[in-house]
Amino acid sequence: MKTTNKESILSAANTLRWEIGEHIHDSLVESIYADANQIASRAVTVPTEKPRFNFDKRLDKLITSRWFGFPLMFLLLAIVFWLTVEGANVPSAMIATFLVDTIHPWLKGLFTMVGSPWWLTGLLVDGVWLAMAWVISVMLPPMAIFFPLFTLLEDFGYLPRVAFNMDSLFRKAGAHGKQSLSMTMGFGCNAAGVVATRIIDSPRERLIAIITNNFSLCNGRWPTQILIASIFFGALVPAHLAGFVTAGAVVGVAMLGIFFTLVVSWGLSKTVLKGEASAFSLELPPYRPPQLWQTLYTSLIDRTAIVLWRAIIFAAPAGAVIWLVSNIHIGELSVAEHFINWSNPFGILLGINGVILLAYIIAIPANEIVIPTVLMLTVISTKLTGVGDGAGVMFELDEATAVADVLRAGGWTFLTGLNLMLFSLLHNPCSTTIYTIYKETKSVKWTTVATVIPTVMGLVICFLVAQVWRLITF
Amino acid sequence: MSNTPNANCEDCPVHNLGNLTKLGINMSQFDFVVALAGNPNTGKSTVFNALTGLRQHTGNWPGKTVTRAEGGFVYGNKRFKLVDLPGTYSLLSTSTDEEVARDFILFGQPDVTVIVVDATRLERNLNLVLQVLEITDRAVVCLNLMDEAKRHNIDVDARRLAKDLGVPVVAAAARQEEGIPDLLKYIYEVATGAYVCRPHRLERTAPRLEKAISELTAKIMNEFPNLPNSRWIALRLLEGDQKIIDAVKSGELENLSRNTTILSVA
Repeated sequence: MKTTNKESILSAANTLRWEIGEHIHDSLVESIYADANQIASRAVTVPTEKPRFNFDKRLDKLITSRWFGFPLMFLLLAIVFWLTVEGANVPSAMIATFLVDTIHPWLKGLFTMVGSPWWLTGLLVDGVWLAMAWVISVMLPPMAIFFPLFTLLEDFGYLPRVAFNMDSLFRKAGAHGKQSLSMTMGFGCNAAGVVATRIIDSPRERLIAIITNNFSLCNGRWPTQILIASIFFGALVPAHLAGFVTAGAVVGVAMLGIFFTLVVSWGLSKTVLKGEASAFSLELPPYRPPQLWQTLYTSLIDRTAIVLWRAIIFAAPAGAVIWLVSNIHIGELSVAEHFINWSNPFGILLGINGVILLAYIIAIPANEIVIPTVLMLTVISTKLTGVGDGAGVMFELDEATAVADVLRAGGWTFLTGLNLMLFSLLHNPCSTTIYTIYKETKSVKWTTVATVIPTVMGLVICFLVAQVWRLITF
Repeated sequence: MSNTPNANCEDCPVHNLGNLTKLGINMSQFDFVVALAGNPNTGKSTVFNALTGLRQHTGNWPGKTVTRAEGGFVYGNKRFKLVDLPGTYSLLSTSTDEEVARDFILFGQPDVTVIVVDATRLERNLNLVLQVLEITDRAVVCLNLMDEAKRHNIDVDARRLAKDLGVPVVAAAARQEEGIPDLLKYIYEVATGAYVCRPHRLERTAPRLEKAISELTAKIMNEFPNLPNSRWIALRLLEGDQKIIDAVKSGELENLSRNTTILSVA
């Protein structure tokens, strides 16, 4: 009885729909607009005299202008990175001294005193503790500088202008203009960027935005870029210029990421995800003075603490894994050395090495721990003495120059540094992002596509760069 | 902590903020659910933070909030759960954020829906307000950014607007916490039923459409007698909205008309 009533409602709706024709939606929208107009005109009194000077409009003309828009964007990004690079060194070294030079021996002593077996001390103190200490000292200072600066730019209203500047490029690539917004979110965190693609209506364009979000350098990768750039690019020029060149190199890699976003979007929309780009209107909100203290508070407490916490959670088990692979021996060599020796020829072909390949496998849960892992593995595989504390012990090197010494001893060249930066930009998303992509697309196929495309691109591009480099230098 | 500290001042409008206990994310055993809707970039998250004491990051571009954020507060001895919906310009299109917002207002059945509007762009913001008022008859309009309007010499008559919309309109500048006491007062009054809204409903110009709607509305009223928005449901059915058709089929609409359970919307 109940069901028949419901069905009669639906069938009545069907019949009536045919009777009234196709214009319901239009007439509904029309009546909404008409009523809104009438109500607003009764309630609002606007000034009769136009304001003489409109600051917002002038500023928008400059920021979104054809000639100044992009250079200004590069410049602002470069300034943010430069401040981050220059400001983070000293606090990083201080934190490292405390956590590694003071706490680590103390913990080790404590474990020995209570009579814990050597492998437990190794696993927990040398593996887990040092991995966490490294992540905190390397990541906390840059994040504490980068996030507030970036958030201030956000709050001021700059991001919608970036989107406005990028919109036409995305449309030419067959993607949705709003993708520029989700891409910008990806600079903070790719998982967040993937969720942000929900603002895109069309499923086709949303998929493109999800698949290409990984090309935005995320938090976990900024420190890698900054450190490697300062070692291999900053060292090319005199010390007083090093900061600028480093920032420039990092901006370059970030821009390359935007370039790949556009190219891959274009490729997808011309092949498997064919279709028209849909139109949308983007509102340029009024500039608002950022709420300075609240911004500092939210970006420090919310973003920095949350990202750092995530990094620590992922670093702890990874630290244990690193310690295990370098302390479990098969025959003469440890598991790590076996893998490195086996994959090294392949790595060299790509202009990187076996250490980097292994580091990227261990670091799938979080990009943040790539650099500590690389350093530690380099030390084991080259049997360096005088640095670090033995097999599987991650260590902190107070100065970037000390890191550089270790890497050079491991056979690193400018090409290795360059290709590590490229590979850091182009490889599989971290496991959190992969999971988020699956949750958003509910499709194993598209999740696989989003994981495989950047990895293959990374391998191919590193290979090509290595071949070209060797042609030039030999 | 659930009781307000100064019970004597409870009914005194001057002490509204004294009556407010910000609960952050502690939302157990709430009495009322309040939804927060609005265009992007109207200060919705600022209002959310002002009421709950949370520090959700506020940014001013579309897409900042794409999922619902939830928080709680106590006011006048009642516990409120506040749900921050994604900022949208409309509820008619098909993007995920608009669907989340619409589904929550319809199926989540909030006791009050607060619509935050930008006083400097009233006409465009009213498009969303009118759409929300089609769905629910318990709403409060928060006329935010009055400070910016003043700076641009735009004068908005909140009383006139309240009269035309048939729901309370509160002039506010949420960044300075101006207007928050009045907003709380009206949320409380609408939630408890002390203030009965007579929301503006759209007039159909086309007689054929009007006839179809009344015919279908009558049928719906017959089946779901207590539905607060049968005309809107009729219109959606005429448009062929699959989600609403499914809701009629599965009887989900019945739950709405009984008004007993609060459905969670995935």
